[in-house]
Amino acid sequence: MSDKEELRKARDAWDEKTAKAMARFPERKAKFVTGSDAPVNRLYTPLDLSDQDYIKDLGMPGEFPFTRGVQSTMYRGRLWTMRQYAGFGTAEESNARYRYLLAQGQTGLSVAFDLPTQIGYDSDHALAAGEVGKVGVAIDSLEDMETLFSSIPLDKVSTSMTINAPAAVLLAMYIAVAEKQGVPAKALEGTIQNDILKEYVARGTYIFPPEPSMRLITDIFAYCSAEVPNWNTISISGYHIREAGATAVQEVAFTLADGIAYVDAAIKAGLDVDEFGPRLSFFFNAHNDLFEEVAKFRAARRVWAHIMRDRFHAKNPKSLMLRFHTQTGGSTLTAQQPKNNVVRVAIQALAAVLGGTQSLHTNSMDEALALPSEESVKLALRTQQILAYESGIAETVDPLAGSYYVESLTSSIEKGVNAYLDRIDAMGGAVKAIEQGFIQQEIQDSAYAWQMDMERGDRVVVGLNKFQAKEEPPKGLLRVDPLVGERQIAKLKALKARRDNAAVDAALARLKVAAQGTDNLMPPILDAVKAYGTLGEICDVLRGVFGEYSPSVMF
Amino acid sequence: MDDSCAALAEQCVAGNIRAIARFITLLENEDTQAFAALNYFKDSGQAAQVIGITGPPGSGKSTLTDKLVAGFRAQGRRVGVLAVDPSSPFSGGAILGDRLRMQRHATDPGVYIRSLASRGALGGVSRVTGAAVQVLEAAGYDRILIETVGVGQSEIDIVKIADCVVLVSVPGLGDEIQILKAGIMEIGDIFVVNKADRDGADRVVREIRAMLETQYMLAAGQKPHAEPDTLAGRMFEESVTGHHGNTGGHVDGYGDAPGAAPVLKTIAENGEGVADLIKAIEGHFARGISSGAMASRRLERVRSQLQDLVSAQVMQSIAGEKGSGSLDDLATQVVERRLDLYSASKLLLSRYFQGEKR
Amino acid sequence: MDRKIRVVVAKPGLDGHDRGAKVIARALRDAGMEVIYTGLRQTPEQIVDTALQEDADVIALSILSGAHNHLFPRVTELLAEKGVDDILVFGGGVIPEEDIPFLKSKGIAEIFGPGTPTQVTVDFIKTNVKRK
Repeated sequence: MSDKEELRKARDAWDEKTAKAMARFPERKAKFVTGSDAPVNRLYTPLDLSDQDYIKDLGMPGEFPFTRGVQSTMYRGRLWTMRQYAGFGTAEESNARYRYLLAQGQTGLSVAFDLPTQIGYDSDHALAAGEVGKVGVAIDSLEDMETLFSSIPLDKVSTSMTINAPAAVLLAMYIAVAEKQGVPAKALEGTIQNDILKEYVARGTYIFPPEPSMRLITDIFAYCSAEVPNWNTISISGYHIREAGATAVQEVAFTLADGIAYVDAAIKAGLDVDEFGPRLSFFFNAHNDLFEEVAKFRAARRVWAHIMRDRFHAKNPKSLMLRFHTQTGGSTLTAQQPKNNVVRVAIQALAAVLGGTQSLHTNSMDEALALPSEESVKLALRTQQILAYESGIAETVDPLAGSYYVESLTSSIEKGVNAYLDRIDAMGGAVKAIEQGFIQQEIQDSAYAWQMDMERGDRVVVGLNKFQAKEEPPKGLLRVDPLVGERQIAKLKALKARRDNAAVDAALARLKVAAQGTDNLMPPILDAVKAYGTLGEICDVLRGVFGEYSPSVMF
Repeated sequence: MDDSCAALAEQCVAGNIRAIARFITLLENEDTQAFAALNYFKDSGQAAQVIGITGPPGSGKSTLTDKLVAGFRAQGRRVGVLAVDPSSPFSGGAILGDRLRMQRHATDPGVYIRSLASRGALGGVSRVTGAAVQVLEAAGYDRILIETVGVGQSEIDIVKIADCVVLVSVPGLGDEIQILKAGIMEIGDIFVVNKADRDGADRVVREIRAMLETQYMLAAGQKPHAEPDTLAGRMFEESVTGHHGNTGGHVDGYGDAPGAAPVLKTIAENGEGVADLIKAIEGHFARGISSGAMASRRLERVRSQLQDLVSAQVMQSIAGEKGSGSLDDLATQVVERRLDLYSASKLLLSRYFQGEKR
Repeated sequence: MDRKIRVVVAKPGLDGHDRGAKVIARALRDAGMEVIYTGLRQTPEQIVDTALQEDADVIALSILSGAHNHLFPRVTELLAEKGVDDILVFGGGVIPEEDIPFLKSKGIAEIFGPGTPTQVTVDFIKTNVKRK
């Protein structure tokens, strides 16, 4: 009798015995599911992994298909980058927060922009009223960007910027600030999010229709591969897709589908996959179901490696590696008993590290209530530091590999993702699937199902639908000065009076011509930025040529 | 008649938005006073041009409607929009999302947009859509656009309301031609292939042309061409890819094929072809008015509406009765084989007319 | 025929997080209401004109950007300017508790924070709708 047969016999016997026992001692629930509603078995054994081939499916760390991680020594070599997303109010206030975070041991910057900036409006635009400086820092011109990075040497930090529709403009401003600091573009390190497709489905800060948006993205790819070679030109984001209500499988599937669309667009634009492939990066969410989340990250790496090798024929190993940033799940935080969020964030951060993340943002406990206070941001950072230096999880590579449960979850997520990718391919790719509302509809269905599960009590959220308690409203929440808007508008006015307006007009006119043609848009945008053309002025030129996106909403 | 409904009707005629909105709600709620007050509108305002926009889901009807609103506004017209979405058969509720794409007109005093739930009606419009048109006409809207449900069923009730039906299709849905084949072709006065920058737009145009050709030949008693690549195909090649180029819309009026409806290409998203669509709509009205076709169409429409209304009222009255000789009673007799269906219907009708005499 | 409650669900301001607005839209539909969904980036003027044209009984506002103190009162002010006093206005989103008294003083009937069951919102509307 082979080992496998012996095992099967033992398993059958155990199943029988357990079934008998359960007649007297039933399980807690009729159905056990993951955080994403995938079924969970009572027990996992080597039988569940009988299709698995170690070399083919897992491989060694730093080797295809990268299931075990993208570096050979992982955190033994270097810890993940602890990168807290921050920014609010004016450039001065955010600059102070960044310098505080760097002093606390944070190793990278992550810039949050306010909504007018993200949608390409200056602070004096009618739609910006009430929004200036609220969810991030307000940037109208190069002048604000100079203030934002004042006394922060751009050759020493890596900077991640959550900017999408107008990413080209903010990147141009960053390059211009560096130049003024005497730092060449070739020395810059960082990331722009630059992922417009997930804006259409989940985050909503779009400006232009898909086609010109994709052109802006591929223009950035082309420009950076020559001029800013260490810059991550896109952060293909599942984070917001998950926040919008997607399951773990949907998060990975829709993110990788977007990734495929970007690679396709870049190849169509004449770029070599191994030129830009290594600069692609990803951004995922981490929710509470520890094992499912770890499996999700591992599955994502495996699927992407196959996509890049088999579909796009990438040769450079770096093109095959899915490198990603993780943020813990904002939507899992509760406004009720906010201190409980500290524990949730710790579990989620644990999942991200066990899943092999390259960088991590841990949410602050008060984020379901308002922007995080300095105190709670520090606690969130300390959570990462405890994981890194005290928990021991960083001392070996991919410690959960070989767990019967985690490996079978990894495989089942991979299968689920591939099934979605096949459907999206059949629709003609992610752009088409978004235009038809398919991806939005799938996410909304999951969001609604989750809400109904929660309201029925099938899903417990501690402090929210179980173990509730009366509590005092929290105090000391961060408030953005309501006068930020006025100050920002005054600065903008002064700038427009002071700058060489003829030079601005000329630069904007050149940009318009370029937008109407097919030249790379980065150089004319850089010129306009350096002439102190504002973000709104630059985006208005592009709006005039490209038009604006109108959303597709389905229920 | 209720005084408050009469007052409301007067305010509608004066163009008061709240009154118009409230009046349409009363109609939706089957308020008999409101229906009686429609009397106020019989000679108010001028007959508007009523344009139906119909087609399968995802064909871009709302975006096209948005662009038509802008086009008519640029001509100085006052525009009313009635956008119909389906009600949930389970809860009776509805999510009405069509106006999402028209929100830039929300604050324009020359535009009134009203979302209507189908409330169980299956023909693509709600039961009160026709009455709502009367309200908007009386309130001085001279272009009224009706966007139908667009679930791909046979949404042919729009012909009972609109003077001009624009049938929108789009390449790439796979089943667009099947939907057209399912008997909806006949209602189109103007055919639009939207999202014409997509692959396959020319093929859809070609297939519509071929079908129109076949329809015309059949109507004229001639043998239709079996293949779309004969006459219709050549016509298409000349008209669409010819001197006009292949971007945007192209108006080919009735001139190049007797009886054939215009087939246009649009890209509603960026407005391409919309000006030509407006021209085609204007052409439809101009020809219809000068030939008298529009007048007879309106007469036919009112006849049909009248029939529907009368049968609805008769049914309502019959359904409300109880006891011996009632709908329930006669139905039971038919089930118990004491009566046949035809005789039962006669009995019901005679009972109704007796009731009317009382 | 029973009268349908008509609700305008709108997102004022610039934030694009519409998960909550969409979930509530569905829940209200499933509770038998007619929901007019206007989508993102709506100005208070657009929201109020929409509610009037649609003869809405209720305006439900969702915002996560922090601009609620600026935008919510604009909606009730505009309604008052137009002499409208029978539309119920309430809000939801990430809104600090300490802002709620101010918003209520401006005519916002209720603020529902994160985690509010949809049934609570449904019941609130049914109880408080001003036109019966």
